[in-house]
Amino acid sequence: MSTLAAAIESLALLGPGLSDWESARAVLRGERPYVHAPTAVPLPALLPSNERRRSGLAVKIALAVGAGALAQAGRDASRIDTVFASSAADGDTCHAICEQLAGSDRLISPTRFHNSVHNAPSGYWSIATRCMAPSTSLCGYDASFGAGLLEASAFLRAHGRPVLLVAYDAPYPEPLLAKRPVRDAFGLALLLAPRPGAGALARLELMLADGAPDTLADAGLEALRRAVPTARSLPLLRLLARGESGATVLEYLDGLNLAVKVAPCA
Amino acid sequence: MTHVRPLQLSSFTLTTCLGRGLAATLRALQGRASGLARRPFDTAVLDTCIGEVEGVDEVRLAPALAAWDCRNNRLAELGLAQDGFADAVREAAARLGAARIGVFLGTSTSAILQTELAYRRRDPAGGALPPDFDYRRTHNTYSVTGFVRARLALAGPAWTVSTACSSSAKVFGTAARMIDAGLIDAAVVGGVDSLCLTTLYGFNSLELLAREPCRPWDRSRSGLSIGEAAAFALLEPLPAAPAPGAIALHGVGESSDAHHMSSPHPEGLGARLAMAAALDAAALRPADIGYVNLHGTATPSNDAAEDRAMCDLFGTDTPCSSTKGATGHTLGAAGAVEAVIAALALRHGFIPAGANTREPDPGLRADYVLEGHAAPLERVLSNSFGFGGTNCSLVLGRA
Repeated sequence: MSTLAAAIESLALLGPGLSDWESARAVLRGERPYVHAPTAVPLPALLPSNERRRSGLAVKIALAVGAGALAQAGRDASRIDTVFASSAADGDTCHAICEQLAGSDRLISPTRFHNSVHNAPSGYWSIATRCMAPSTSLCGYDASFGAGLLEASAFLRAHGRPVLLVAYDAPYPEPLLAKRPVRDAFGLALLLAPRPGAGALARLELMLADGAPDTLADAGLEALRRAVPTARSLPLLRLLARGESGATVLEYLDGLNLAVKVAPCA
Repeated sequence: MTHVRPLQLSSFTLTTCLGRGLAATLRALQGRASGLARRPFDTAVLDTCIGEVEGVDEVRLAPALAAWDCRNNRLAELGLAQDGFADAVREAAARLGAARIGVFLGTSTSAILQTELAYRRRDPAGGALPPDFDYRRTHNTYSVTGFVRARLALAGPAWTVSTACSSSAKVFGTAARMIDAGLIDAAVVGGVDSLCLTTLYGFNSLELLAREPCRPWDRSRSGLSIGEAAAFALLEPLPAAPAPGAIALHGVGESSDAHHMSSPHPEGLGARLAMAAALDAAALRPADIGYVNLHGTATPSNDAAEDRAMCDLFGTDTPCSSTKGATGHTLGAAGAVEAVIAALALRHGFIPAGANTREPDPGLRADYVLEGHAAPLERVLSNSFGFGGTNCSLVLGRA
């Protein structure tokens, strides 16, 4: 079986009760209990002030974690390929358009329309960072994180240069929330590079696997892993948090999973 | 650029408003026909023409796949049934194993029409969506890829690329990277997008819809016409001794405009980067390209930006045309539709004319083809650009 390899240069994370990587690391190492709390998403500093407040939660969380990972690695965002992966685009925008189209006034706002595309975070990101490098935007329903990790690793291999993976989910409002109960926003950015540089977190090896995916012992974290597609990454984050060599199986798609090996660089 | 081994298009097909399958499409393109018409769609009240595929609503999915039923997946089913495509995939799965074939499809709106319809049937008391509404199998952006993977009984990696109107060009790059990495041996790629109110009223809100059938590159072009389509290709590594007439994917180039969410870079800089990257990946020079299938949406600013990019890279002598006057802009399906049209042009040795265009804009300098003609094509390039400033160019050729 073929393997994809990458170095993780940096990561940034925002999730419910996981306000940043430092606090998440303590939770994942078992040093602190996991306590669920609504995801606190900052206004995106990257965007001009007139767009900052108008932007939807999906754009906000994607830009926040993307910027966090790049700042940590000290990389120039304008030259970095990007892969955005999400189980849905901006749920509020989607709801607003469907609601308006069900009524008699169908003159939807042009801004709302262009914000409805699945690649809106990628568009705002490339504009804000003046990045003309390739960017793609994926969806795999519950398998979106695995899709993003595969595509980002394949990008890295084909292009031979760093790639930023931004995986994120944001809840729909009702009535779609009842049909798609992803109730928490979650964002994870991984900056991947062909070779580990100074300060890299870990080496990563990735292959497709049939084995059962790993679960988490903590009931709260396991519930989060199951409920939010981007949180399917938690077993990988647990390995990274421990800073030890190890292997895990991430849940991907209908019994096809991802076997991941991690070796710390430091 | 994506430096990967060339792939062959072992099988390919498309279904648009021009007809079902390759033969109907070839006839229409060679006859400079257009499938665009002023006709009603659902409850839309808009002064525009659309490219609707005939008979989508009559398509029935197999009983085991009934939960996936929606207009978008019916269109996918209709497309898979043409030109022996589903049979070719079945044969490949028997040869390679179902888990060794990936499925990567592009769509912009997936089956949002299903959700639009469900929003008209909300519970009057609590506002809930109707119980029969299946979010996962119809609304979600992955829906069409999940359906096609199930329909073709494949078990390899799969996802949807959704980058607006470049979606189903970019899936060719995804497949090339995944095959080159050895994670899969073949991939079903393509694009499916179906008519819905979101895009009709959305482009209307941007004042980008033409009243008459769209006229790319025309001096009096006034906007785009929305179409729908399903187009697919089966990609495999190009064998050392390709079959006579085999069509290959030689290069994929991707870039971002970094300029505006819904307007192209005025100098076509992102478009130029994507085309140059595709040529670089294919190890070709601009002079090696015999025909460019333009993105050519027929909005004044899009065509002007693309013309600038074309002329800056190719000069003014490379024949080019947009086939959107024939098919309409099929949005997330456009990249795959036009890749298949490029493959048809290569296989049959002809350059398709741009339908509906009467008088090219004198301000545009590229060699826009008004009369289709025979040409011994070896290498062609196809452009797809989208909202968010996403660009993708493909280089295809005779193997």
